Amino acid sequence: MLGFVARRLTYLVPVLLAVSLLTFLIASLLPGDLAYVILGDQATPDKVEALRHDMGLDQPLLIRYVGWLGHILQGDFGRSFRTGQTVLQAVAERLPVSFELMILAELAGLLIGVPLAIVCAARSGGAFDRFVTSSAFGMLSVPTFLSAILLIYLFAVELRLLPATGYVPFAEDPLGNLRFMALPALTLGFAEWPGIMRVLRSDMIATLQEDFIALARAKGLKPSRILFVHALKPSSLTLVTVTGINIGRLMGGAVIVESIFALPGIGRLLVGAIYTRDLVILQGVVLLVATGFVIMNFIVDMLYAVLDPRIRHGHA
Amino acid sequence: MTGRALLSVEDVAVDLPTARGNLRAVDHVDLALAPGRTLGIVGESGCGKTMLSRAILQLLPKQAKLAGRVMFDGQNLARCDEPALRKLRARSLAVVFQDPMTSLNPVLTIGTQLIETLQEHLALDLGAARKRSAELLAAVGIPAPEQRLAQYPHQLSGGMRQRVAIAIALSCEPRLLIADEPTTALDVTIQAQILDLLAREQRRRHMAMILITHDLGVVAGRTDEVAVMYAGRVVERAPTQALFKRMQMPYTEALLGAIPKLDAAPHAPLPAISGRPPDPTRPLAGCAFAPRCRYADGHCASAKPPLSAAETPAHHYACFHPLRLAEGAGA
Amino acid sequence: MATLELAIEEDVAATPARRVRRLGPLFWVAFGWMVVVFAVALLADVLPLPSPTDMDMLERRAPISAEHWLGTDGLGRDELARLVYGARISLVVGLCAPMIGLGVGGALGMLAGYFRGRFETWVVGSMDVLLAFPPLILALAVTAYLGQSILNLTLILGVLGIPAFMRVARAATLTLARREFVIAAQALGATHLRILLRELLPNVLLPLAAFFLLGVALTIVAEGALSFLGLGVPPPISSWGSMIGEGRESLEAAPRLAFIPAIAMFLTVLSFNLVGDTLRALTDPRQGAL
Repeated sequence: MLGFVARRLTYLVPVLLAVSLLTFLIASLLPGDLAYVILGDQATPDKVEALRHDMGLDQPLLIRYVGWLGHILQGDFGRSFRTGQTVLQAVAERLPVSFELMILAELAGLLIGVPLAIVCAARSGGAFDRFVTSSAFGMLSVPTFLSAILLIYLFAVELRLLPATGYVPFAEDPLGNLRFMALPALTLGFAEWPGIMRVLRSDMIATLQEDFIALARAKGLKPSRILFVHALKPSSLTLVTVTGINIGRLMGGAVIVESIFALPGIGRLLVGAIYTRDLVILQGVVLLVATGFVIMNFIVDMLYAVLDPRIRHGHA
Repeated sequence: MTGRALLSVEDVAVDLPTARGNLRAVDHVDLALAPGRTLGIVGESGCGKTMLSRAILQLLPKQAKLAGRVMFDGQNLARCDEPALRKLRARSLAVVFQDPMTSLNPVLTIGTQLIETLQEHLALDLGAARKRSAELLAAVGIPAPEQRLAQYPHQLSGGMRQRVAIAIALSCEPRLLIADEPTTALDVTIQAQILDLLAREQRRRHMAMILITHDLGVVAGRTDEVAVMYAGRVVERAPTQALFKRMQMPYTEALLGAIPKLDAAPHAPLPAISGRPPDPTRPLAGCAFAPRCRYADGHCASAKPPLSAAETPAHHYACFHPLRLAEGAGA
Repeated sequence: MATLELAIEEDVAATPARRVRRLGPLFWVAFGWMVVVFAVALLADVLPLPSPTDMDMLERRAPISAEHWLGTDGLGRDELARLVYGARISLVVGLCAPMIGLGVGGALGMLAGYFRGRFETWVVGSMDVLLAFPPLILALAVTAYLGQSILNLTLILGVLGIPAFMRVARAATLTLARREFVIAAQALGATHLRILLRELLPNVLLPLAAFFLLGVALTIVAEGALSFLGLGVPPPISSWGSMIGEGRESLEAAPRLAFIPAIAMFLTVLSFNLVGDTLRALTDPRQGAL
């Protein structure tokens, strides 16, 4: 297990370095000099030149990258020249919202997808199975912002059950918080369940053909125990990976959903930074999000080992 | 048929739909087994012996079609619904599969897999079930049984895994145990140990047992009766002693000849039955063994020999040209 | 339903091997819709439509009428005309961006799969880096720096598609490069270029083409999402995504302004997915292989 962790860690470092380099290059090589952005179009060339010098923008690219990376490794991601907030402050403030949204969304997706997958696998080829698999295929063609509009129209405009926009922190008003979170989480969950369902269903169908399932039946166990205890766990390996990979998609989806439902999360911070051309925040957030994504994938690999004792004990 | 039967398989046929057409895996088989007795079912792979065992256990694949009756203690298992079958499983009918690597769940501990069986069928609390699980493991010859309960199947050797599978099968004191090639996936050195363990537990618990194997040598000293299967049919059935003393069916003789002998000259070619079993999706009009049989004639190719009685009691065979006086007990 | 089941069959073990597959009616409906969208987008200038950008403040959110077949939007612009011109944007971006992925990713994948070795390690490694960024966030960041235009949008969405095309091409090349006809060509002394272009390319192109259609569907969705946020196609050009975004403001007064482009987009994406998935299943020699 330790060797396994070490092997994965040694791969992590070059990937993270490359990610930081790419983030830096996007921000540095593309047109739109930071000094111009800060000073505005009317700035005199002298003033721009002075600011560029102050900010170190006239240095060679490599030196700037090393300096920037050095600051980052010390935890200094820079400071927004618009709000004065540091990147880390801004992110820390909004991270809980995005986290809650993604967890609730993944939960919603699992709550819809897993039971459907189990029922479909247990009766594969039946009418219910065919209906669900067809709907899942259709759902894969519904972009997040479409289901958002649909849900808003249904629950906020027509039925007036849930608020369309707004947010209160969970600590202040837990119930109110969940009311505001319901539609955004459901929107993202709608995009998640078809993938979850398809992956788990096909793995379950394969598992149900195994000898140990035949033995479990021969032991006279209840069908529910066979499905949930004997079949579900060995079938959930791919699901864990997919759930991990989904985090990336979920982050993209969260940007849209947070904008639509006016949730003060990372996504809105990012979109706001783009609207106001707050490049420091943008660079910092993109780097943090990509790093988080890479680390998330690393954790998924580790989870694999926990789920499958054969990997844990170094038999695979 | 000796005594009152615990299990009687009556005219059982199993059909499997495949891409190449209907496959008759089991072709109208009759068998009977009295309480506490042992029956060996012998045949090459693909002869339908495993499908027959799955038909008895009601564990056939979903698309398989079962015809005939499987009478167990007066009930037709083929007509039982799932809840009724569940009550019978483990307590009356238990099974040991061929490969313990695939028949034990890789992600559950051995303890869990034993305890769940006990708790499903016997009113035991967790502590009592644990204690009994450890006793069962000890009974099948597993050292340090308490520690084993917390281990996963992959942490045990193949022989130990099969002992665990046997402990699970024995856990609820079944009246009939079906062992489906229980030693095929194991090292040769372990095979005899496992077979002896099965035979010992069978006698001690006075349960009936069906031992399925491709090796006539395995059933020789360990079963009361033997049924030889070929292409889905029982082609010879006799008390074990009578069979080895006087086999009638050329196929049985060929099977016996295929066992490698220790006293054979070094580097002598291994004896094998020439040719291959017929394609089960293309049934032959005559005897299925005829194309490979050295005694076969035109009659064998056009008509199926019925399973008929020999002179010795309880001995049946399906052949137009039985060995009789030819080579007799050629072994 | 028959075509839908095609998509499902790949993971059902119970389905017996290969039988002759018929393209079900749903396939042809999807194909028909694709043809209609293509035709309308191509002929937008010729069709007797009002201008999609002319505002009429007196006719805001006008209902469906003989003059405005689908009514007008919040600025009094003809909804049908905007829908038709929006189809143009969706198709232009949706077709051009995957072309970039197809060209660059396909070439990289073929070279990596054919030459293997260190080159392959580098290609796969750099794709891993590209995949480390959540795609939509990278697209947002880059359009923020580059500025909003159809060209920039197409470029970035195209680059984001490279890793996926690379994988498909590499996987196909890896299996093909071991086949007899390639080994035979090598034995006859054919140059690498000749083998790549004459022997491998025609065979790799098939799975790539099927994947291309799925890429189109994904790109249309991504373009829609960016335009929906107001960060895609710059106004006043109409795009389905921006129309839905604008329609969202008037969900209570005129829900159709959001739902009409939404339905158009859903049907188009679904059609590309259906046709692409059917073709993928047909061209994939190994059942259920990803």
